[in-house]
Amino acid sequence: MNATPADALRIEQLDVVYRVGARERRVVTNLSLAIRPGESYGLVGESGCGKSTVALAAIRYLARNGRISNGRILVDGRDLMRLSALELRRLRSRSVSMVYQDPGRALNPTIRIGRQMAEVFEVSEGLKGNAAQERVAGMLARVQISSPRRVMDLYPHELSGGMQQRVIIAMALSSDPALLILDEPTTGLDATVEAEVLELIARLRAELHTSILFISHSLAVIGRMCDRVGVLYAGELVEEGTTAETFGDPRHPYTVALLRCVPRHGRRKDHGRLETIPGFLPTPGSISGQCVFVERCGNATDHCRHEAPPPVALGARLSRCFYPERAASLPHGPEDAPARVAAVLGASTRTQAPLMRTQNLSKTYPVAGRSLQALHDVTLELWPGETLGLVGESGSGKSSLARVLLGLSKPDAGSRLELNGEPLGALAGERTRSQRKALQIVFQNPGMALNRSQTVRRLIQRSLRLLGLSNTQREARLRELAASVRLPERHLRDKPRQLSGGLQQRVSIARAFAGGPRIVVCDEPTSALDVSVQAAILNLLVDLQAEQQVSYLFISHDLNVVNYLSDRIAVLYLGRLMEIGPTPRVFAGPHHPYTEALLSAGRIRLQGEIPSALNLPSGCVFQTRCPRKIGRICEEREPPLLEGQGEHSMRCHIPPAELAKMQGTHAYEQLE
Amino acid sequence: MRSPALWVGLAILLFWIACALLGSRMTPLDPYADDLLATLAPPSMAHWFGTDQLWRDVLSRVIIGARDILIVAPLATALGSVLGTVLGLLIGYARGAADDIVSRVIEALQALPLVIVALMALAAVGTSNATVVLVIGFVFTPLIARTVRAATLNEVDLDYVAAARLRGDGALAIMFIEILPNVLPVALVEMTVRLGYAIFFVASLSFIGFGIQPPSADWGIAIAENYSLIGSYWWTVLFDAAATASLIIGVNLVADGLQGLFEL
Repeated sequence: MNATPADALRIEQLDVVYRVGARERRVVTNLSLAIRPGESYGLVGESGCGKSTVALAAIRYLARNGRISNGRILVDGRDLMRLSALELRRLRSRSVSMVYQDPGRALNPTIRIGRQMAEVFEVSEGLKGNAAQERVAGMLARVQISSPRRVMDLYPHELSGGMQQRVIIAMALSSDPALLILDEPTTGLDATVEAEVLELIARLRAELHTSILFISHSLAVIGRMCDRVGVLYAGELVEEGTTAETFGDPRHPYTVALLRCVPRHGRRKDHGRLETIPGFLPTPGSISGQCVFVERCGNATDHCRHEAPPPVALGARLSRCFYPERAASLPHGPEDAPARVAAVLGASTRTQAPLMRTQNLSKTYPVAGRSLQALHDVTLELWPGETLGLVGESGSGKSSLARVLLGLSKPDAGSRLELNGEPLGALAGERTRSQRKALQIVFQNPGMALNRSQTVRRLIQRSLRLLGLSNTQREARLRELAASVRLPERHLRDKPRQLSGGLQQRVSIARAFAGGPRIVVCDEPTSALDVSVQAAILNLLVDLQAEQQVSYLFISHDLNVVNYLSDRIAVLYLGRLMEIGPTPRVFAGPHHPYTEALLSAGRIRLQGEIPSALNLPSGCVFQTRCPRKIGRICEEREPPLLEGQGEHSMRCHIPPAELAKMQGTHAYEQLE
Repeated sequence: MRSPALWVGLAILLFWIACALLGSRMTPLDPYADDLLATLAPPSMAHWFGTDQLWRDVLSRVIIGARDILIVAPLATALGSVLGTVLGLLIGYARGAADDIVSRVIEALQALPLVIVALMALAAVGTSNATVVLVIGFVFTPLIARTVRAATLNEVDLDYVAAARLRGDGALAIMFIEILPNVLPVALVEMTVRLGYAIFFVASLSFIGFGIQPPSADWGIAIAENYSLIGSYWWTVLFDAAATASLIIGVNLVADGLQGLFEL
């Protein structure tokens, strides 16, 4: 029955159930897939769809309350269900490897890297001492770690996230497995580091011919890394095919809807709202006798409600839909807002005074007797009703800037902060009530930003106290707020952990808007969310801005999201403003060489990692990694931030005109 | 509920609490009366647990003996927990120099044997149920403060605390309204664990004469009075010792159960 050579992974009619209390919930239903030798297969879908469950089932490593209730799993031609415990262990140590999302937690913090990796060879090949150490050094070199011997002497916490993930990939590949399972391997990493790690994986795959099961919620990552893709929804494989075909010409309404949620390259808020997927993911196992996507599908008919569609083969592809040919014509969501948004945004002109101004803002942290300069001489203005996008790698000072503006940490002496032309106290406690009201934040991780012991009602009410209202007024305002962030009122009595990530973020936004703020700092507000939820949250932010004329300082590593939302963009590197200007100009170029690398989506690779702010490079701080470094001057003198055309400023020794020449016309492609 | 430990522990605890509350109404015989016909009588139908050297019924004295220890130990624990939680919150929230100084003092105190510290304090202020409560309460304060401080340190850097600061909440409001409910499970478990220690502590002090004072039928006192007879008259010691042990085990089972319940 098996093809020769055997598929690296073959799953046939898999059902997985989890026991919750006394009941069993089916989370994966009738799932079949096959990964051919050397093939890279992507599994994509939103959180809660069962992606990780499939990955764990593939090595029979489900949580204790999980059970494979039906189906066969064959790894490298061997039936997992028939293996003894010992054979299963041997299979896991030799034939399959897994890389998880959080590299920091996958490494043992108390064991040096070299020792930890050598264990793999000791267990699988019985190598000892120097021989094992040699192999470790070889593996580390293979994942492009430049000084393996030095890294082997370090503890995991001494490595950056990107380096940790490389070490884990090296460990995973050391047994030369037939199947490598990557479960969101780059989700916790910076965009530039993500690009490097993905490139490494692609290169290693070409060298080793390992088959890959790549799990990600990111359509872009899957699109780049995989030959074939399976789209998972509510535990069912709803569509499968080659990546190019599936993403280029999807045949299932869910795939179509998912693809439409992603802000496309060059799409901006005045072009219209982002599309979302209405409704919610059904509870696992709650749907039978109908299509799992029926509740959220614009193409659904009575047929879909009375019968579950079987997988339909369309050549080499597969779609679990009665009407695969209609998928592309799935009705679009309402696009009412663009005109309104554009009108309001047009009004945010510079006729008024800037809302907020910083002058020579610096922030230095003392670290073990040395000083870490997180921000250096940042001077910028924020105008009423505008969105300033803030981009840069981790460690570039984005969050430090946000914290200083909010008054959560104190800037160095000599820094000036102004709100409405009046000086602003350094710490939140030193500011007046109206100044505090004016500046609020939406955090990245709503789970940590909402007090888990309070109900949603109490959470929002505590912030409403800033307004000093009577009880009845406060209650009315609370309902108004809940309505404006589209939070159903029944959730007011819930605790945060009873809500999904998207709803939690709505609560967080409601809290930020409770006092009627003028400026809201959005610190990666959607990076922890699924794409469909991200689209809804971005729409909400745009709506609230149009209604209330609030300004945003929007921090994100996703350039498409920044482009969609921002009127201007500021690029930070090692605490310095490298470039600032209107979004269309920053995207069109000429770019600062750092911005150019960020915008290139991995085509221009920066050498190494961002230097430590404890040990700043001489001259221009970017010179150690700059692909366009011109020579001594870059090492000796720090260039000033010079304003060019159209309020577009840059900190580079190369004049803008010359940069434009070097970067050529490809820069203009970014615009459209 | 899925935790049998919690239920068994609660059952043991409730049994002794019932003994303490109902006391004389539950005892088969008067625990203070002497039965001249039965000095050091072994367990029998008349005296299930036998009698002691003053001809008193051991069963009745074990039942009534729960009373003082179940007043003194919980009060001392409660005092230590309240003070310790407040102190832990304060230093965990303040961090910096205040935390460094207080934490070092706490560590220094922990290096001393607690029974000796308590003995010295009791020798100085005199022994009574009230002073035992105060002394054990103060001795426990730093221990509980340490645990609560650690839990507080995990909370202060979470964004909800920043959000509270941004709307202008004062330090006390942040500590007691925002953070306290989140460290309370830790404090409660720590308190239950400490209650077990407190029972042992009080019993030990009573044994050496610095805890609960005669004529109480306290178990520690009973063991002290009779332990020299253990070779021939085991029943005079065994039942009191078993009672003490069962109470401590019960409390610890509750602590374990709570820990599971709060998913700590």
